[in-house]
Amino acid sequence: MDTDTQRLLHTFSALADLGQEIADTGDFEEMLRNSFHLLLGSLAIRRGGVTEYDREGHQLRLVAARGLGVGTSETFNIAAHHARDLASLGSAITLADATKEAERFLEDHKSELASIEIDLLLPLVVRERLIGIVLLGEKASGEKFTEEDFETLKVLSRHIGVGIHSHRLLEEVEHKAIENQKLYDGLRKIYKETVHAFAAAIDIKDRYTQGHSVRVGKYSEIIAREMGWSDDEVEGITIAGYLHDIGKLIVDLSVINSPERFSAKESKEMSRHPSAGYEILARINHPYAEIPLMARYHHERIDGNGYPDGLKGDQIPPGAKIVTLADSFDAMTTDRPYRNKLPLEDVLEDFRANTGTQFDPVVVCAFCRAFLKEIEGSKERRLLNLLNRNYDNVESVSPLLNQLLVDFDGGSLAATAH
Amino acid sequence: MTDAGREIAVQSRSVGDVAIIYASDYLNKLSGERIERECRRQLESGCRTLIINFRDTELVNSIGVSILVGVIDAAEQSTARLIFSDVNNHTANLFEMLGLTRHVSLATNEDEALSLAAQI
Repeated sequence: MDTDTQRLLHTFSALADLGQEIADTGDFEEMLRNSFHLLLGSLAIRRGGVTEYDREGHQLRLVAARGLGVGTSETFNIAAHHARDLASLGSAITLADATKEAERFLEDHKSELASIEIDLLLPLVVRERLIGIVLLGEKASGEKFTEEDFETLKVLSRHIGVGIHSHRLLEEVEHKAIENQKLYDGLRKIYKETVHAFAAAIDIKDRYTQGHSVRVGKYSEIIAREMGWSDDEVEGITIAGYLHDIGKLIVDLSVINSPERFSAKESKEMSRHPSAGYEILARINHPYAEIPLMARYHHERIDGNGYPDGLKGDQIPPGAKIVTLADSFDAMTTDRPYRNKLPLEDVLEDFRANTGTQFDPVVVCAFCRAFLKEIEGSKERRLLNLLNRNYDNVESVSPLLNQLLVDFDGGSLAATAH
Repeated sequence: MTDAGREIAVQSRSVGDVAIIYASDYLNKLSGERIERECRRQLESGCRTLIINFRDTELVNSIGVSILVGVIDAAEQSTARLIFSDVNNHTANLFEMLGLTRHVSLATNEDEALSLAAQI
């Protein structure tokens, strides 16, 4: 094999290895070191370094080096106009270079470069911007760099420049992704606080049910979690619980605050609130798409006798079935103008009587399991803490909860997957 | 550098005050850095003649060349002599073409390398 062919093969091999290094983005510093090694090895260059240009700091920072003396500065100052000159020049510069752009740069830096035995500079330019400079010393052969060498180095250094540029872009994208996540988290926090404020506004209108919406949200959350819903879904149903009665905002205040049981006319007025709630919520682009439907269907019954649409069984979204149970549970366990809260035993008896007609057995069983786990101490006391404000000796209902599970779930304590 | 978490030692031996280091079949970054470390270790311990035996080496890539240039530098700074032995024709041509042979002596085999070392 003649020398030219061997030289060509050696260069091609370096280029192939370099391509592989650049593609492997695992460790940027390591990639740079290896790439620079390859560049030096392609022509057996004795020393050099890769510098990265810091546009804000007007500095060249040494990011890879080989054979430079101990104590070589890690940074080189470079004026902005020099960076522009080098970017426009784009080709190799020897210390004896006489082009106008190179001259201006060398005027300021020649002695500094000569002191570390650098003979050749390769500006790394991507999209007409200076990314860095490759600094190179002499070849092991002692021969001058040839035009062919310049071409080889130009190709290899261009790969390194693109590698640095890609890494910078990746860093910028990552930085922007973090910023976006922070922004998103902030918006989500505002959304939750707004929803909470709405829940409070809804409950303030009804003087007898203060705190109802927030409690329904919390009960719904407990049930959904027991049913194995994901964190996002649980968050969605909690918000649906907070907002399920938002339609009451358009119901006449005198009806809502009536101290008596509703008349037929008042009932009709009151029954507008699920549809009205849907109309209000459907105009908002919620992170959880089903929230308006949960508000609309929280008075539906699985036997089809509910309102506003008389949906049956699986026609009712699972989330609405959960909110229905949570809503009923809170209604029965708090005082109303026309009756006091019911004893817990009566509440559970109501569940037993209406499971399969008003309530979905799967939801009732999930509620019972969550309740029992809190009593047994295997789960955080959230439901119990909400109930303990109004009830003593909540734990005594364990047998009734177990009986409900036997009746509707074969006594299983295993969570039912969503 | 480690393979599966275990440092792979470079084969080397001493003949008098000459250190002989054996290169692997493919001189790339991994094996090259091990050789460079061993050479520097030998130089730091006072060795003034290093023989790198390439009997098992079929290929030297660009990083391998760059590492050998580093070894040449280290040897020159320590005023030590560097001899490459058992280099195959292809690799010898490469070293010749790249000018490495200006800084190292090539020997056909290890005995010749030891003879060269003794001539100093």
